[in-house]
Amino acid sequence: MQWRPILSSLRHHKLTALLLMLQVALTCAIVCNVVFMIVNRVEQVSLPSGVDEAGLSMLVSETIDKHENKRARHAADLAGLSKIPGVTAAVAVDTLPLGRDESSYGTCASAEDMATAIAAHSMMRGGLCVQPAVYGGTPGELGVLGLHLAAGRDFRTDEYVAGADEHVAGADVPVAILSRALAERLYPGKNALGQSIYTGGSKPIRVIGIVDTLLRPQLREAGVNQYAMLFPMLPNDGEVTYLLRSAPQDRERVLRMAAAKLEQLSPERIIPAGGMRTYTQMREAYFQRDTTMIGLLLASGLGLLFVTALGITGLANFWVQQRRRSIGIRRAIGASRGDILRYFQTENFLIVSGGIALGLLLAIMLNLVLMKHYELPRLPLYYLPIGALALWLLGQLAVLGPALRAAAVPPVVATRSV
Amino acid sequence: MFGYYFDLAWRSLKRNKVLTALMVLAIGLGIGASMTMITVLHVMTADPLPDKSARLFYPQIDPQDMEGYTPGKEPMDQFSWIDAMNLLHARKGSHQVAMTGGRVTVRPPQGESRAFFADARYTSSDFFSMFDVPFLYGGGWTADDDDRQARVAVISRTLADKLFGADHAVGQSLRLGKDVFRVIGVVDHWDPVPHFYDLTQGSYHKTEDVFLPLETAMALGQGTSGNMSCWGHGGFPDPRNMKNANCVWMQFWVQLDTPAQVQAYREFLVHYSEQQKMLGRFQRPPNTRLHDLMGWLDYNHVVPGSVQLQALLALGFMLVCLVNTVALLLVKFLRRSSELGVRRAMGASKQSIFAQLLTEASLIGIAGGIAGLLLAFGGLWIVRHQPVEYAPYAHLDMAMLGATLVLALCATVLAAMFPAWRACRVQPARVLKIQ
Repeated sequence: MQWRPILSSLRHHKLTALLLMLQVALTCAIVCNVVFMIVNRVEQVSLPSGVDEAGLSMLVSETIDKHENKRARHAADLAGLSKIPGVTAAVAVDTLPLGRDESSYGTCASAEDMATAIAAHSMMRGGLCVQPAVYGGTPGELGVLGLHLAAGRDFRTDEYVAGADEHVAGADVPVAILSRALAERLYPGKNALGQSIYTGGSKPIRVIGIVDTLLRPQLREAGVNQYAMLFPMLPNDGEVTYLLRSAPQDRERVLRMAAAKLEQLSPERIIPAGGMRTYTQMREAYFQRDTTMIGLLLASGLGLLFVTALGITGLANFWVQQRRRSIGIRRAIGASRGDILRYFQTENFLIVSGGIALGLLLAIMLNLVLMKHYELPRLPLYYLPIGALALWLLGQLAVLGPALRAAAVPPVVATRSV
Repeated sequence: MFGYYFDLAWRSLKRNKVLTALMVLAIGLGIGASMTMITVLHVMTADPLPDKSARLFYPQIDPQDMEGYTPGKEPMDQFSWIDAMNLLHARKGSHQVAMTGGRVTVRPPQGESRAFFADARYTSSDFFSMFDVPFLYGGGWTADDDDRQARVAVISRTLADKLFGADHAVGQSLRLGKDVFRVIGVVDHWDPVPHFYDLTQGSYHKTEDVFLPLETAMALGQGTSGNMSCWGHGGFPDPRNMKNANCVWMQFWVQLDTPAQVQAYREFLVHYSEQQKMLGRFQRPPNTRLHDLMGWLDYNHVVPGSVQLQALLALGFMLVCLVNTVALLLVKFLRRSSELGVRRAMGASKQSIFAQLLTEASLIGIAGGIAGLLLAFGGLWIVRHQPVEYAPYAHLDMAMLGATLVLALCATVLAAMFPAWRACRVQPARVLKIQ
């Protein structure tokens, strides 16, 4: 390879070459970080909830009769809802994974931990106790959600207690089902089944089951997203969510019929705007901001690469025009088309490499700034070679057109005067 | 002179259509992306009450017990009922208002249509005059109405239209849950952005549809909504006894017209804290703040981090587009060394060459600005169709429209400075000799 002529011609165009390098560097820095942010958000959006989401629909109903017996109302509604053709099971729940409304309890693995935590005025201090989200619902919740029981059993009907209403605190539940993540956090290296957790109630709560995956209603940091548990606690609030399982293609019809059914059973209620939807729709709504951001990041990343490719092509075109005569001379004295092609490709490779070297440095700096101001995680180093490779490829693609045109310059050009 | 430069520029741009289009496209993309995001930021950081915001203040006091006390920590963002009422009745400002958000069950008068929920605001009487709320019909209530727990209501134009027809809503009966209120005013369209007076329900929350006197709403037990923080060991408070709970859940605003008044109010807040501590209600040393409206928005970080990040990204994009333009202009200008050399040899000064090249760049800038404007319109259209709470407000106003063109022009001329300066430096003799 003839490096010498390339280097000396670059020296002639050092300003332009430097500018192109700077552009490649900035693109490299921004694109590395943008891709990292996209990957982060895609991971977030595709988090498994543990719920069998496909055939699940839900209806929120809120009573406007303050003196109504809530549990009797729920039981009557459920009886009506399960008769709808296509509904295979129905339960009433207080909240759902990704449902946003969350109630959580400070939970400790032992009575001593609880005492220490109370003395320190903080559930979280010292890392003894955790703050898992709690799901309550009518019998059958586990089945309707489609949660996978990894060990233990579901609740028995005699274990259910009434949850809190506006006037009375809820009774203490005797047993609980934990997510695997929570069980492993509270009882590391031990079998959580049969252990008792402490939530500040009058009695400890025995662990009778462990489910593989269960997301909280409201996501937090990655480590605690799965700290959740099920209580055998009947919803007792004016606002309740009815969960219906049906074949996925029946969901829209089932929802319409369910709304009509509830209306018929008691008109003294309001189904709030947006309170009637499938689980899939709720999930999409939960991650709306993230999906918007993914679209935006993707568009700006592609836009940047596009502009940079245009810049490279534009400059290369110029250089080819400018050097037609010298290309002709080189061809006349024996350089092959391939030599000319490789010349431009090598030149591009050198410039882009310079840009990448600077760009990787800038990428790390940009990441540090973003980490400081926007709580972004650290950019893993393997993004850097991937980014470099992408820009080398982009550079070679962008220069291919002009380089081929250069290679097509006939040797006879050398004999013509300008 | 300028006409001649313009003509030269036009010829030069036409000679290399692809390169020209490339530069216009690059600038257009950069400007379009930046202006979309800058407009969103501009809307989100707007002053909701430009005529009055400097005179409206949000105080903070620290009513908590000593548990978890760290000196210098910011006090709580809201007020308990007792403190809000004490500050309200102290009447130390020109106007003051205590309020909370709520949700009411509206039962339409005809009976055949279904009941629905509406967002409500329970507030003392000065709300309407302090925040310059525009009335379509009727007006607000008096402090006396509030104290007497009068069953009156002010509703939004939208709700009035839905229930009675806005023209004859005043005087009608409005049924909210079990209670009946007389409509005394209809508020015309009023949507301050951000929803500054209560940021706990989302900074870009829509204006409420129902306004009730605070004392009335509390006495009737209409449901409140919004954030609540409690302290002590009382557990979760009984909703029927919110007035005595150790919880903050109310917002308080005061209008202070002169710097002297502001200073006096700052002292009053400290005095009040000391007095309450003496009475045994407060335990912490006085820890007070007094933010003006814009300061309060700033303190609460109303602009989401993701929007700032997007704006930053757009600016990075713009930077790359500009570097791209500098490089392309540089080769374009340097390639014309011989032409410029001839002009120099025939007596054109360096300044006039420079001016000629900048004219050419300005043309590109203006074309890029127009392309960018079109892209920004498209970008904002997309933003408006996103289901985010600030989406409806993403519009390009005249000021931003002008700013777009000016930014494009300035950016391009700035980008052209260096290439033009380089091109001016050519030695006429040398260029002519090569030719």
